[in-house]
Amino acid sequence: MINIFIENDLGERQALEVPTDMGFNLMELLKAYEYDIQATCGGMALCATCHIEVLEGKENLPESNDQELDTLDTLPNADANSRLSCQLRPSPAMDGLVFRLKALQEA
Amino acid sequence: MIHTDICIIGAGPVGLFAVFEAGLLKMRCHLIDALPVVGGQLAEIYPQKPIYDIPGAPAIIAEDLVNNLMRQIEEFKPGFTLGERVEALEKQDDGSFIVRTNEGTGVHCQVVVIAAGLGSFEPRKPAVEQLEYFEGKGVHYMVKKPEQFRNRKVVLAGGGDSALDWTIFLADVAERVTLVHRGDTFRGAPDSAEKVYELAGKGKIDLILQSQVNKLGGNGVLKEVSVLGNDKSLITIPTDDFIPLFGLSPKLGPIADWNLGVEKSAVVVDTFDYSTNVERIYAIGDINTYPGKLKLILCGFHEAAIMMQSAFKYVYPDQKLSFKYTTVNGVNPF
Ligand SMILES: Cc1cc2nc3c(=O)[nH]c(=O)nc-3n(C[C@H](O)[C@H](O)[C@H](O)COP(=O)(O)OP(=O)(O)OC[C@H]3O[C@@H](n4cnc5c(N)ncnc54)[C@H](O)[C@@H]3O)c2cc1C
Ligand code: FES
Repeated sequence: MINIFIENDLGERQALEVPTDMGFNLMELLKAYEYDIQATCGGMALCATCHIEVLEGKENLPESNDQELDTLDTLPNADANSRLSCQLRPSPAMDGLVFRLKALQEA
Repeated sequence: MIHTDICIIGAGPVGLFAVFEAGLLKMRCHLIDALPVVGGQLAEIYPQKPIYDIPGAPAIIAEDLVNNLMRQIEEFKPGFTLGERVEALEKQDDGSFIVRTNEGTGVHCQVVVIAAGLGSFEPRKPAVEQLEYFEGKGVHYMVKKPEQFRNRKVVLAGGGDSALDWTIFLADVAERVTLVHRGDTFRGAPDSAEKVYELAGKGKIDLILQSQVNKLGGNGVLKEVSVLGNDKSLITIPTDDFIPLFGLSPKLGPIADWNLGVEKSAVVVDTFDYSTNVERIYAIGDINTYPGKLKLILCGFHEAAIMMQSAFKYVYPDQKLSFKYTTVNGVNPF
């Protein structure tokens, strides 16, 4: 079990307890916590509606693959800290990750 | 005004197949879609992905399925209005409807079929100051008629395939083309990226990398864009047109305002015939919801067949429909 944190627009952080052995990706986890993200493509890195901005812990994440980078390029507000949450699988290295849900602002 | 029997909102796979089911019953269709092409999600999100659960097609590329659907309905000569969003439905005294788009197109019909999927695909808009003010005054989210940019100064923004493709195309049409991209490499098709670098190398276009357009200026019409570098440098470029190309994302849009029982962005229907709570309006495919709903193409096809049998009574009020297999009468073109 690890902890990751979601920061809202007011700068408040909510902690999520995340199992690392269930095979969920971060997008599915956010859905399980009832965050209202569309995730239209179901996690295929095609729709960009699960966009997050990593605030702390970016260096502990695996590199984006080509499909993820292609899709991020379709977002006007993506930057060097942008990731698609469906492409991230919680692992012990991700403990303490802090991010913002950009997809909510884009909806 | 366009006159037809059935107006279908949405030219995704389900809207397209509905034309076939209507055609078998000798009902004519007109389709309207906000996208400039047919195919809905298959065209916009995953044209090159294989689909495995279309009966009779062990694996079919999404784009090929759309092409096949178009071939299957060719004989029924449907009308198309593409690149326009349906805004309003106006009920007439005789029960028929006029469907209206954002560009003023009107379609008069006996039955409305909402096959709107996830909603209409709308351009993703970058956070640029004054962007909306200059819409229609120099800001375009699609290139519909490239000729309109002849001999003009054009700034494009984006790093995907459409930004690359239009930069290359407009390089020969516009007076000057500038492409602004936030990164320093392009992810689009390698050939296109190569071509863009080559054009920039030869001085035929201006390429501004690691930067974003952040503000538009002008006096009633667009005159300039400000470009902010990742290093905080700021430059101003004179321009006549600004074309941000960041893809499209679906929005439920006007459908939510038509008093049709909407639950979680979907229209509630009666599974007897996929009718909505308003007579003569049906909803099929991803846009509808009912207990047990599955958002699959195959389910949308089934719904199209059933709903057209029900719609028949509004198009041919004096005739009785008796169900026959399609193979009994064959497919009779109009
Ligand atoms: C990545 C991905 C993979 C998928 N894989 C499969 C699969 O393998 N098998 C399967 O069965 N399904 C699959 N699906 C689901 C399938 O794509 C949908 O079920 C299908 O596209 C629904 O078709 P539709 O015609 O109802 O809607 P859509 O394809 O969404 O088309 C609706 C159209 O209506 C238009 N529209 C909406 N509102 C308006 C308006 N107001 N005015 C004008 N136009 C409007 C939209 O622009 C759009 O073009 C997949 C979906 C995704 C995203
Ligand atoms: S869910 Fe579609 S890109 Fe992540």
